[in-house]
Amino acid sequence: MKLELRGITKIFGSLVANDHIDLVVEEGEIHALLGENGAGKSTLMNVLYGFYDPDDGEILVDDVPRTFTGPGDAMAAGIGMVHQHFMLVPVFTVAENVALGHEPVKGGGILDLKVARARVREISERFGFDIDPDALIEDLPVGAQQRVEIIKALSRDAQVLILDEPTAVLTPQETDELIEIMRELRAAGTSIVFITHKLREVRAVADRITVIRRGKVVGTASPQSSEKELASAMVGRSVSLGVEKAPAKPSDVRLQVRDLAVTNAAGAKALDSVSFDVAGGEILAIAGVQGNGQTELAEAILGMQPRATGSVRLGGTELVGRSIRQVLDAGVGFVPEDRSKDGIIASFSIEENLILDLHDRAPFAKGPMIDRRVVAENAERQIEQFDVRARSAQDLGSQLSGGNQQKLVLAREMSRPLELFIASQPTRGLDVGSIEFVHKRIVAERDAGTAVIIVSTELDEVLDLADRIAVMYRGQIIGVVPAGTSRDVLGLMMAGLPLAAAQTEAAKHPTHPADAGRPAGTPEVLS
Amino acid sequence: MSVSTDKSLKNPGGPTDDRGALTGEVAPPISWQAPVAYWVVAALTVLVFALGAPTGSETTFSLATSKDFFQLAPLTVPAGPVTIGLGVLVAALAGYATYAAVRRVKVGVWVPVIVGIAFLLAFLVWSGADKGNAIAVPNMLTQGLVFAVPLAFGAMAGLVCERSGIINIAIEGQLLAGAFLAAVVATLVSNPYAGLLAAPLAGAAVAAVLAWFAITYRVDQIIVGVVLNVLVTGLTSFLFSTVLKENSSTLNSPPRLPVIEIPLLSQIPIVGPMLFRQTILVYILFVTIAVLQVMLFRSRWGLRMRAVGEHPKAADTVGIKVNRTRWRNTILGGAIAGLGGASFTIALGLAFGKEMTAGRGFIALAAMILGRWSPRGALLAALLFGLAEALRGTLSIVGSPIPAQFLSMLPYLATIFAVAGLVGRVRAPAAEGIPYTK
Repeated sequence: MKLELRGITKIFGSLVANDHIDLVVEEGEIHALLGENGAGKSTLMNVLYGFYDPDDGEILVDDVPRTFTGPGDAMAAGIGMVHQHFMLVPVFTVAENVALGHEPVKGGGILDLKVARARVREISERFGFDIDPDALIEDLPVGAQQRVEIIKALSRDAQVLILDEPTAVLTPQETDELIEIMRELRAAGTSIVFITHKLREVRAVADRITVIRRGKVVGTASPQSSEKELASAMVGRSVSLGVEKAPAKPSDVRLQVRDLAVTNAAGAKALDSVSFDVAGGEILAIAGVQGNGQTELAEAILGMQPRATGSVRLGGTELVGRSIRQVLDAGVGFVPEDRSKDGIIASFSIEENLILDLHDRAPFAKGPMIDRRVVAENAERQIEQFDVRARSAQDLGSQLSGGNQQKLVLAREMSRPLELFIASQPTRGLDVGSIEFVHKRIVAERDAGTAVIIVSTELDEVLDLADRIAVMYRGQIIGVVPAGTSRDVLGLMMAGLPLAAAQTEAAKHPTHPADAGRPAGTPEVLS
Repeated sequence: MSVSTDKSLKNPGGPTDDRGALTGEVAPPISWQAPVAYWVVAALTVLVFALGAPTGSETTFSLATSKDFFQLAPLTVPAGPVTIGLGVLVAALAGYATYAAVRRVKVGVWVPVIVGIAFLLAFLVWSGADKGNAIAVPNMLTQGLVFAVPLAFGAMAGLVCERSGIINIAIEGQLLAGAFLAAVVATLVSNPYAGLLAAPLAGAAVAAVLAWFAITYRVDQIIVGVVLNVLVTGLTSFLFSTVLKENSSTLNSPPRLPVIEIPLLSQIPIVGPMLFRQTILVYILFVTIAVLQVMLFRSRWGLRMRAVGEHPKAADTVGIKVNRTRWRNTILGGAIAGLGGASFTIALGLAFGKEMTAGRGFIALAAMILGRWSPRGALLAALLFGLAEALRGTLSIVGSPIPAQFLSMLPYLATIFAVAGLVGRVRAPAAEGIPYTK
């Protein structure tokens, strides 16, 4: 099936999210849609999937113009979509989720689950997915959930499959498996629209690449283009991939974590006997697939986890059992993973957000009152220093873009003298420009002698920033390895293999030979 | 590398090796609430009921009504031994629950149910010890069902709405509107069945206002619900004072729904009258609950409705119209509650009175939560509340040693304990209360 978008335009208020976009997806090809977060890729796909009405332009299926008033129409036309945030009901079984919306029924509207299960089994076996139709979605790992999404689309005879940032939640090994699945689907005649901002994957699997920037198609590229060329096309200027940083000069051990454990509300171990050290002037990156205890680790150090046991010593001071205020006063700076929810107060101005943790002390407080003049001066200075793009310091937090919100959080957290700086997912969802800026500031903080912990699920970021890497799996640190460890080994460790086993395994199956031992920060070549 | 050392780096197999030693420290916390509660119940049963009953006293239960074919003889039991036996039973269950808690094993729902029944029996035996009057069990059960009917209808209304994602706090208002319209229409037409048709319309109308604000305008559902309750209370009270009072014979003296006795089944000893000597409204309730129980979990309609209440966007992406589904189910829920309202007026042949629902809509919500958003569970919870209410009436006839006001407090006390975790973790539909926009 051939799919064509002609002159698609979508406007939200004053923002032109899609500006006359043309796109042709031929039968049986993998077409990558490359662009930064906020470039308009998801908007375009939501138009295609019938979620949004386009303000202009038309959609042609096999050269016949079609209008979709809802996802139902798009599905009927043979378009399936795997969303970035899975559209699965967690308390339903696989079969129920796959059936939902086109349920096989017996008389009286009673579900025929036998037929639904058979359908899941049939597709699952055809592509070797190994999915149990009666498993509850919430019990499945993320990779399996994604395969359920693919089954869901295929069970509706999707001939064009849209994958929206499908690798964001996967381990490197799961990503390889997904790429394999994409190739199989292509061989079976399914066209795939692959939305991503990850250059490596695009080059590995795409037949054609369309680059989108600020709502417009800025060009097409072939998978043979270098990573640097693709990045430049995506951002619109030449970019330096990777982070320039001098080798770390670690001083004495600043942070000692011993047997730190956290039980969650349900009584399960979210963090299980974690021990590590961080020296002043070095960056320890915590790598791992989302949900393996990284969030709990960062929060436990800050004192946000009520059920934490063990010891966290910062320069000799015990932090476990202290209040968050006391931990902050001990010199800890913290960037939470959900910046718009936990990092700022969206309805407060930039000025106010900059003094959230300092409003009660000099120079900002004068007795019970806040000195507005000092607050304004502080904001002026920080906005300048951290390059926060806003019309004025009175702008609300909610009016800022993700990148500028993150700069605001960094400005606030770095405005105190720090012993330890923790950042969770510091660049998630940011544009390339902001990522460069955030990385520079983090390295600068390290060079100032602060102990730095970066929690990141992006392997690229981990490799770019880390002086050492701790890999987490199921609430434990599975190993601490030096910077420059190969992606394969890290990926296997993220899936739960200890270092030695991961090295043996990686040596046996070199997926990307050129990749092994490459120094962090240099673009790699795919085999 | 760096100056620091790390166990797991030196020894890559480390984490798995030294995991065992620390397992005990971070094992899930033992949940003590339930065993402690059972031990308190056991202690109460023995200390108050068994030791409190006069020595050698006896309690009489009458087990049949005058209409019954089988006239079971009244049952007389020795108060002391029976209460002690029940106390021992509760203590045994408490012991089992303690053992299970230490082993971190889950116990079935039957444990709290048996504890509750044993406690109730012990209480009855103690209350009726050496009193001249027998405790009329069938009457009490029938009375309990009468109290339970509006609660069960209300709980069904609540769960139909909440399963599709709309919190229906306005059950109280829907019951009241149903009671009002049922009385007026039945009086005007001089036919109670006409009232039965009118009641759901009144409830659905209230629900339509809820849906309009909550879905179309995305107003906070709890606020709309509370405001609607106040509105309906005000409106019906106003109409009652200005119109109904003056013309009570032409507008507000509804005929009563006839009792339909089901042959044979109504002759089952003890529970027969409660279940099968009732008005059509009660039979409609039974059918509604049975149908909902099946349809909710096994039909296309139920699957779609639960999907909309759990993850509306997922439903939307497979072509289900989320807001249309919510509109329909909210109105259906309102209609069910309105029908329940008829039980206050035409089912009993009573005239409409100001604020006659007296907070039952909120108790219905409690029944829905206690029943974990399932029709069967909500029915059981409603029956529990209804029985507690009936118990109060029965005991005031028998002459209970405990003040009636205290007894009327008990079911709600039980609800708080139950909701706090005695019946296991309660999980509401994930998307309830959250308006859906693309």
